[in-house]
Amino acid sequence: MSVNRAQRVDLEVVAGLIPPLSRVLDVGSGDGLLLELLQETKQVDGRGLELSQRGVNECVARGLSVIQGDADTDLEFYPDKGFDFVVLSQTLQATRNPKLVLDELLRIGNRAIVSFPNFGHWRVRLSLFFKGRMPVTEDLPYSWYDTPNIHFCTIRDFVNLVEELGASVEKATALDGNGQKIGLSMPWWFWNFFGQQAVFLLKR
Amino acid sequence: MTALRAAKTNNEADNPSSPVLRFGPDKPLKLDAGTLLSPFQIAYQTYGTLNDARSNAILVCHALTGDQHVANTNPVTGKPGWWEVLIGPGKIIDTNRFFVICSNVIGGCLGSTGPASTNPATGKPYGLDLPIITIRDMVRAQLMLVDHFGIEKLFCVLGGSMGGMQVLEWASCYSERVFSALPIATGARHSSQNIAFHEVGRQAVMADPDWHGGKYFEHGKRPEKGLAVARMAAHITYLSEAALHRKFGRNLQDREALTFGFDADFQIESYLRHQGMTFVDRFDANSYLYMTRSMDYFDLAADHGGRLADAFAGTKTRFCLVSFTSDWLFPTEESRSIVHALNAAGASVSFVEIDTDRGHDAFLLDEPELFAAINGFIGSAARARGLRA
Repeated sequence: MSVNRAQRVDLEVVAGLIPPLSRVLDVGSGDGLLLELLQETKQVDGRGLELSQRGVNECVARGLSVIQGDADTDLEFYPDKGFDFVVLSQTLQATRNPKLVLDELLRIGNRAIVSFPNFGHWRVRLSLFFKGRMPVTEDLPYSWYDTPNIHFCTIRDFVNLVEELGASVEKATALDGNGQKIGLSMPWWFWNFFGQQAVFLLKR
Repeated sequence: MTALRAAKTNNEADNPSSPVLRFGPDKPLKLDAGTLLSPFQIAYQTYGTLNDARSNAILVCHALTGDQHVANTNPVTGKPGWWEVLIGPGKIIDTNRFFVICSNVIGGCLGSTGPASTNPATGKPYGLDLPIITIRDMVRAQLMLVDHFGIEKLFCVLGGSMGGMQVLEWASCYSERVFSALPIATGARHSSQNIAFHEVGRQAVMADPDWHGGKYFEHGKRPEKGLAVARMAAHITYLSEAALHRKFGRNLQDREALTFGFDADFQIESYLRHQGMTFVDRFDANSYLYMTRSMDYFDLAADHGGRLADAFAGTKTRFCLVSFTSDWLFPTEESRSIVHALNAAGASVSFVEIDTDRGHDAFLLDEPELFAAINGFIGSAARARGLRA
């Protein structure tokens, strides 16, 4: 599951939202790419929560502060506002209860940063509309029966959930298929159509 | 040979081969039992050099039947130090870089005051006249040793099993004195099942007629059979069903067929008997009672109103916990509950569960993943502490 940094443009976007020396919790920290990036460039006090024991052991061996745990069940053990930022990158769609998880992120962090693949992207729509099949793309490489991604949403869906949780969007970025940021002046429907990935900075 | 070693163990209690720090009546050790222990002494070993800033000290806490000889040849057994795979020049815990301290716990039998030590009031060994010793008492004594070295803040405190309990106690009671803590294969309390196993061991010792109510030295005896049985039962809990089967299966010991008797037909029987016999050569029976009791009494949450997170409130210490998948004495869940408490306390914590079939004793063995975790944790802590590489 190792991903090189170039493939994860969203991580650069996430890192760009975090000021130096912040306290950061990375939920679903994987092999520690983001935490390492943040420690190198922002000297943050970073912690990680990762489901796979293998990922955790690799992180700890590299000197990162990471524990094994499940975003769906283990966030409750963190105190209110214990972190400046709680990051959930490319993990929301794999949680059993995304609403609860998002609620917890907003409780634990002064701000939450969420990145996810946009299911409203035109390629996804195209696949469903013309082929009548669940999309398998570079971003979403799994078949429907073996995917860990069980709760896909579109950018619009996500914005609705944020409102429902009483949180506000402080900043949002959509990335197109080439990892380029989509212009801020574009309307939501445009982002929802051309954004392959989205990164949100939230506050409640 | 056995008698010779036994004499040596007894001698180690009062006049150990290690350096000894003696505390007179002006510096008693306050015990949880409500009394003062005085005079008392601590036997210890050190490795490496304390730097000028006194910031490179690592305290190693030993387990139930361990001792201070963590990285040198053991004077009683002649075997390598119990953690020499990890600690030494150029090793993961590099004694060229760090100043490593390991002391025999209070209640032990290799030179720190324990039941085999001479009671100054009677001129005879304490036996059961020694008050019950707790994990916190051990840590209080270690603190006096650390103060003796003029160390304001230990760079790291680490240990496995009962050693891990001491690490947790250090981090809880004296968090400002502990920069990083590495409790391995341990728990914040002793479980009912673990107390049960310890009780079996103690009853085996006490049932031995040579125990004499704890006054066996005065009778020129030692409850070797009872202590050996205690060790055999305990040893099973340090391994795992899978590892036992892998190593011994149902293999027969030096014979082609079952003997239809009660000899050690099976290799596992022979192995356990050997473990029991070699243990009594190096360990004092009463000390075994005290050590097991200290673990039974350990319950860090209970000392903080039942809420474990409160034991670590406001801590700045960096933690790394390690558990092993096949450890049924301190299963991963025990470590995980500590991790959750540390999270709740806002502490910096790493937690690694290592996949192995070697059971609880895995922490003493050559486990590459364990070493990688320790190496990563110590390395990043050293950078944060500003220690040179």
